Amino acid sequence: MKSISAVLLTCAFATASCSLIGTGDDEERATAQAGGEVVLVTHESFVLPDEVQAAFEEQSGYELVVRASGDAGSLTNKLVLTKDDPTGDVAFGVDNTFASRALEEGVFDGYEHPTPAGVSDFELPGDEEHALTPVDNGNVCVNVDDTWFETEGIAPPETLEDLTDPTYEDLFVLPSAATSSPGLAFLLTTIAAKGDAWPDYWADLMDNGALLTSGWSEAYQGDFTQGGGEGERPIVLSYDSSPAFTVDGEGGTSTSALLDTCFTQVEYAGVLAGAANPEGARALVDFMTGPEVQAALPDSMYVFPVVDDTPLPEDWATFAQQPTDPWAVDPAEVAANRDDWLTQWRDVTTG
Amino acid sequence: MNTWRRPVTLLALALVPVVVLGVFFVLPVSGMVARGFWPDGAFAPGEVLDVLTRPRTGRVVWFTVWSAGVATLLAVAVGLPAAYVLHRLDFPLRRAVRAALLVPFVLPTVVVGVAFRQLLGEAGPLGFLGLDGTPVAIVAGLVFFNAAVVIRAVGASWESMDARPAEAAAALGASPRQVFLTVTLPSLRPAIVSAASVVFLFCATSFGVVLTLGGTRYSSVETEIYLLTTDLLDLPGAAALSIVQLVAVVVLLAIAGRLRASADPSIVRVPARPRRPRRSDLGQLVATGLLLAFVAVPLLTLLAGSLQVGDAWSLDNYRALTTTGSEQALLAPVTEALVTSLRTALDASWMALSLGLLVALAVTRRSRSRAERRVRGVLDGFFMLPLGVSAATLGFGFLITLDSPPLDLRDSPLLVPLAQALVALPLVVRTLVPVLDGIDDRQRQAAASLGAGPLRAVVTVDLPVLWKPLLAASGFAFAASLGEFGATAFLARDDHPTLPVVIFRLIGHPGAMNYGMALAASVVLAATTALVMAAVERLRVPSLGAI
Repeated sequence: MKSISAVLLTCAFATASCSLIGTGDDEERATAQAGGEVVLVTHESFVLPDEVQAAFEEQSGYELVVRASGDAGSLTNKLVLTKDDPTGDVAFGVDNTFASRALEEGVFDGYEHPTPAGVSDFELPGDEEHALTPVDNGNVCVNVDDTWFETEGIAPPETLEDLTDPTYEDLFVLPSAATSSPGLAFLLTTIAAKGDAWPDYWADLMDNGALLTSGWSEAYQGDFTQGGGEGERPIVLSYDSSPAFTVDGEGGTSTSALLDTCFTQVEYAGVLAGAANPEGARALVDFMTGPEVQAALPDSMYVFPVVDDTPLPEDWATFAQQPTDPWAVDPAEVAANRDDWLTQWRDVTTG
Repeated sequence: MNTWRRPVTLLALALVPVVVLGVFFVLPVSGMVARGFWPDGAFAPGEVLDVLTRPRTGRVVWFTVWSAGVATLLAVAVGLPAAYVLHRLDFPLRRAVRAALLVPFVLPTVVVGVAFRQLLGEAGPLGFLGLDGTPVAIVAGLVFFNAAVVIRAVGASWESMDARPAEAAAALGASPRQVFLTVTLPSLRPAIVSAASVVFLFCATSFGVVLTLGGTRYSSVETEIYLLTTDLLDLPGAAALSIVQLVAVVVLLAIAGRLRASADPSIVRVPARPRRPRRSDLGQLVATGLLLAFVAVPLLTLLAGSLQVGDAWSLDNYRALTTTGSEQALLAPVTEALVTSLRTALDASWMALSLGLLVALAVTRRSRSRAERRVRGVLDGFFMLPLGVSAATLGFGFLITLDSPPLDLRDSPLLVPLAQALVALPLVVRTLVPVLDGIDDRQRQAAASLGAGPLRAVVTVDLPVLWKPLLAASGFAFAASLGEFGATAFLARDDHPTLPVVIFRLIGHPGAMNYGMALAASVVLAATTALVMAAVERLRVPSLGAI
């Protein structure tokens, strides 16, 4: 019958494919370690150099398996959905705007992790059980194109208030708070700075011609004058580290971050409740605050280390200034109000 | 044949595809919807119903319907003349143009978004129109991505249309306009309607275009489900909208199924050979040229961008593709991602192909009763459903339903190609079904009466007709898999990212080199796709893409 040929075909195709997918796996098997594997669940921005991953496997005796997908928000929600049967042993990449949701749902096990100098500055307020270990931090700040302002003969803005000044009309582009994590961070900045009056601030901002995009890439690469594309707007929402990437090769950089407009994002690692390999998970969490990972963070993930005195890349040390007194919102308050704030924000910005 | 053997054959053919779709589609999606109805373990449908009465839900549904509707009408309007020119006229580079028009179909939306906005944005050559971030930009983007579907589907039908009725009408004194309206258009109607319904599905469920080009001011059902699921974890809300989406898709498929009548295979038709363009074709040629420009300009913007480093022309962006990015943005070089993409696409293709072949065989066997025909019709529609479900729902559904033996598959490397195969499956089925429908059953009967066994009959009757469409369908599946991003991004494992995932990552990091590499990698992806499609074009399958 017809089905016979179809089955035959299927089998032929099946054999062809098994060999295909098999090749990748065989290589992995060869590096299997005696101590078993540790599975790290993380978001798609996670990158660590091969030699750092190899260093972990050598020091701990565990094989490291990385499963990365989605952004910080979808990572957190995945962890919540799979909390009864986690997909790994360690999660990295839950940040301080999502951490409270993960803690409330009991995603992580407590762990009295070692705290190298500096780490405790970034611990999550309200995390009594030490479920989360800070690994890196970065600030979401308004960035300006200094060369543009110099050419135009206008003084660049400095504060949140300046952004609503008609001098800077139609010059600001930023990603939406509803669809992007830096966008949400900036919304929190304005909430910290303006209190209950934040919707009025946003109304002024929109009246002054601020442009919303869906994500960071669209804003920075598409609309910013110093981005990859041919953008027209010299003010953009980005990170405190961004000026290190617009170095002009003549000892300067063409952009700078406005340090009075910053909100600190901290990313955490934690041992997942119900982990198959809790021992290995703890070893990996320790390793994340170790010197190898900390030193690799700026180049690999564009964030600052949390451990004091970790050497920074040259461009970072020179051009990436960190704010001394960034804005902050209590994570518990974020967890409680996020949905309301976002709904209100959408009403104000879409008018 | 015995009466019981027909249903058994149908069952045997359909069994594997139905089980696969059941496990990898129905189970995960219903798992997520169930979480919405049972938020804390207790049945609470009130919340779901509540969402349906929110004013915002109404706005979102309305925006989805009208933007997809307008985009579909436009895609048909620009696709018809192009289908005529590319399938009825003969001129140099015709096949190359056809292949090129399919390229947008696979490009990552974030890259196309940047290219589009360089045109429409404040500084762009079309910036004076003030279209950036408006629904007009969204609709233009949807047409950009979907015009090729209309061209292929309607063009295939036009190509194989019997030329004699039109000639007869002309001989009887009908003007060209009258011939078109009274003869050509009615016989094209099934192809137009079913192409339009698929385009409408693609538009209504498009995610990246609405987000990237709409500047977040507009929400479609698809983007709303994504936000509710991945950001707010509002599962009742997501469940409500998923159900709305599924119901709409089922209704649409039912309508399309009714209007999608196949031509009777026992009638001998004399298709017209493509001819040289004449003066009277000028209008259609101009319209096609405009469409080509509309598709080409964003692509050329990409190409130009990829060839620039600073203010100078350079190939450095392409040379950098073998590295991991200027600031180690990547774990694996882009070339390696291309290999991963090709491998994954190969796996997705054979999966989509074998499943699609089984489905096509099952639904095209001659039905002996109304009930049997109905079962086959429902099966046909069932395999179109993956088009109508959000990647977020499917991706999260995998995590919560495929987590325990015997279905502990959520970390399987096969999951990515499988998800892509589900996306490509409808395209494969819609390519193969018309071909199998077009085989005169009397040929098989003749083979049988001459003593051929069932297998022999398949080899001598079906296979000679089927092998080209099979190759063509594999090209389609391959291209669809190469460009797939939504489901892949949810599942991709870090050690083996595919090319669209890598492009997304490159463009998401500062540094001029990363941006240049993202553009260069997009050009490589586009070129690979164009090559695959050009190879498919060489097979000259008349019914390719006859949806």
